[in-house]
Amino acid sequence: MSLVPTPSQTVGPFYGYALPFPGGAEVAPVGHPDLITVHGYVYDGAGQPVPDALLETWQPAPDGSRGGAPGSMRRDPVTGRIVGRDGVTFTGFGRIATDADGHYAVRTLPPGGVPYLCVLVFARGLLHHLYTRAYLRAEEDALLSAVPAERRGTLLAVEERPGTYRFDIRLQGPGETVFLDFG
Amino acid sequence: MTHVAAPLPDGLSQEQMDAEVAKVQAGTDGAVHPPRGFPPYRSSTLRHPRQPLIPVRDPEAVELSGPAFGLTDVTALDRDLTRQHAGEPLGERITVTGRVTDRQGRPIRRQLVELWQANASGRYAHQLDQHPAPLDPNFTGFGRCLTDDEGRYSFTTIKPGAYPWRNHVNAWRPAHLHFSLFGTAFTQRLVTQMYFPGDPLFAHDPVLQSVTDPAARARLVAAYDHGLSVPEWSLGYRWDIVLDGPSATLFEEDR
Ligand SMILES: [Fe+3]
Repeated sequence: MSLVPTPSQTVGPFYGYALPFPGGAEVAPVGHPDLITVHGYVYDGAGQPVPDALLETWQPAPDGSRGGAPGSMRRDPVTGRIVGRDGVTFTGFGRIATDADGHYAVRTLPPGGVPYLCVLVFARGLLHHLYTRAYLRAEEDALLSAVPAERRGTLLAVEERPGTYRFDIRLQGPGETVFLDFG
Repeated sequence: MTHVAAPLPDGLSQEQMDAEVAKVQAGTDGAVHPPRGFPPYRSSTLRHPRQPLIPVRDPEAVELSGPAFGLTDVTALDRDLTRQHAGEPLGERITVTGRVTDRQGRPIRRQLVELWQANASGRYAHQLDQHPAPLDPNFTGFGRCLTDDEGRYSFTTIKPGAYPWRNHVNAWRPAHLHFSLFGTAFTQRLVTQMYFPGDPLFAHDPVLQSVTDPAARARLVAAYDHGLSVPEWSLGYRWDIVLDGPSATLFEEDR
């Protein structure tokens, strides 16, 4: 059986009270000694910051497992509201809305077995989300080899200081980020 | 009080916009998804890549797996958007249900479905929504549920109102529910919108019309199902969702 997929539509401007959740950027368990920070700005084709983008990140656990874990959105049993993560489980999933200056930051653990975090971009104006990867090491792999050399740098996060990586996303124009198609 | 809107930067009339949409659609084939750049949707102009996407056909790709959700993430009440405040929200109470499957028709089990929407007057509970329609103190407009073992989801909510937006002069969005879905892989992720059957605004909405194939557009419109309506209580709509994209298991079978 082959079914025809449901079309994508934009996330629009008003997801802010619905999709982001407390602790969405805190993928690493609280106080973990191996914590890394990946942060940057999202820019549009005019070089302006995008203040209403929603990013999601996905990655293997440090041991390389890719099963994820429930518990990304722990809720208050009395009010039902999402109160954040449980503080100990590594779920591999992050969700971060950009700030008024187009900035985001995610605190996580190094991915096991691969050198990258998977990054998904939603925004008003984007009718279909975009996939990219933030490589923490310039380790050759199938994707980096397939990308023209002059665009490869857009996939490489820059280690600003130990444990802090800068990864900007340019939706369009000079230095446009490489976006991916999984077919 | 008369409401006077600020002038639009792009003063295109609806007729001119409809003509622009028709012209762009005439140059496209029957694609399932909207193009990322669709000029009639003005916000897309500076926000989509112009370089081709790079294909990834790597069976080891991390994106072929995805996050997991569970009972600790959702409460049973999260699926009822009419029960989040002390009083009943204003509007027409509805239930919306359907199945989530992959392209092979296999149910997407125990994955997260999120829904957000405007209230019955067409206003979002969002600071930046300045449409001068009343907020409803008994309605926030956000719900979540996990699919069951057959891939079914279900929400109780109210029918949202149409609302204006500043894409062109007299631009109005047809009533819609925003949906966010997780499949078994990150590649199956979907954010989309569900519409209500027979809405006269369909033809005038560049967001819906960005899906250029009429058959594909029809898949965004729920069916009214009288069998799902509950006497003295609510009207029922059915909307099934098919997630695109490979997963780790699909990848094996496709190749
Ligand atoms: Fe909307």
